[in-house]
Amino acid sequence: MNERDQQGHGVSRRKVLECMTWAGTGVLWTIAGGVPRSLGLVDAALAAEPAGLTFLQISDSHIGFDKPANPNAIGTLEAAVGRIATLPVKPSFMIHTGDITHLSKEKEFDDAQRIISQAGLDTHYVPGEHDVIDEDVKLYRERHGKNAEGAGWYSFDQDGVHFIALVNVVHLKAGGLGLLGEDQLKWLADDLSGRAASAPIVVFAHIPLWMVYRDWGWGTEDAAQALNLLKRFGSVTVLNGHIHQVMQKVEGNVTFHTAQSTAFPQPAPGTAPSPGPMKVADDRLRSLLGITEVTVTQGQQRLATIVDTPLQR
Amino acid sequence: MRLRLHGKRLRVIAQLTVIVMAATAFAPAAAPADEATVTIDNFTFAPQVLTVKAGTTIKWTNVDDIPHTVTSSTRGQFRSTALDTGDSFSFTFRDVGTFEYFCSLHPHMTATIKVEGTVGKAGSGADAVH
Repeated sequence: MNERDQQGHGVSRRKVLECMTWAGTGVLWTIAGGVPRSLGLVDAALAAEPAGLTFLQISDSHIGFDKPANPNAIGTLEAAVGRIATLPVKPSFMIHTGDITHLSKEKEFDDAQRIISQAGLDTHYVPGEHDVIDEDVKLYRERHGKNAEGAGWYSFDQDGVHFIALVNVVHLKAGGLGLLGEDQLKWLADDLSGRAASAPIVVFAHIPLWMVYRDWGWGTEDAAQALNLLKRFGSVTVLNGHIHQVMQKVEGNVTFHTAQSTAFPQPAPGTAPSPGPMKVADDRLRSLLGITEVTVTQGQQRLATIVDTPLQR
Repeated sequence: MRLRLHGKRLRVIAQLTVIVMAATAFAPAAAPADEATVTIDNFTFAPQVLTVKAGTTIKWTNVDDIPHTVTSSTRGQFRSTALDTGDSFSFTFRDVGTFEYFCSLHPHMTATIKVEGTVGKAGSGADAVH
């Protein structure tokens, strides 16, 4: 943290901000012992040749969506999965940060699973609000929540990094935002207790755990309580989806990053009457969708290198 | 295939019949009910505040590109399933009062139904139309 490369970091963030209004790809993450960094563009990431744990994030595939903003959400998810095969370093696994489906229908879950499985990577899911609208949240639970707690939260360890999957899309309250809830916060406190503060932590959830834009509900009501539990850790990376564009923010030892969607872009906060799907010219759509790759390299100052890759430039 | 389709259609008709019968059984003997509409678009309920007479049936129609729900803020009063583009949900307000509601998928979307008048306190009935 103390020796953060200010210049390099600034460039990364600026690049992210440049992309902010249209982003929609996947994010390539490299975790390297300090603070996460986004190289912003895939070419820069390829040049970096990360040596560490690399995993992939995809988000908001909205299988079942067929409106003008993207009548072919299946095709763009297939393209995103196709991009994975072209990565020079095969990721260890993949996370999906929710809104797998558009309407929580059985066929939508099946189609998504069929396509995502073609990546040949273990995939860890969290639900988005679009995945929990069937009666009793049955379909998501059956497929992705069997070994999870409560509404679907869990944690796991990989190569010395502790991953925490949180659910903030159920039991939402009128006028409110995303919600973790008392049960999950209690579980989180237990999950973190006794862990060394030097352990790198990656938290992922659907709705951003920082206040991106309250007017559009882009934040989580009780995220501050979760972040309070995480503040003693030297490096925390928070990965979210939901807003269908790349945004990044660093606060103390915590780096927040949102991924692009594989289905359709959404407007930058406050630039449209509503956060609904943004219709762009057909030849521009795939430049706004994509995947994210993250590489974690132990023992270095930076925790993670994050690379967002559009489906098409 | 034809047989199965036929069977399904028969079942649907049977269910509809039950609903119609139930509606008839619980409908007040009084004059035909008033109707009012709320449109859901751009992540907004319009009108934001709707004032109706007791006994009015309100029909919400989602014309947005994204699914929404109509969910009473006080748990259990009324609640639609997820309404995709073009789907509607209807609910008859028989009790006088102020009813706050929201979209349970996008909870920043809130609105209010105000029910005036003195017509019956027989409780409310709902039927969702998809």
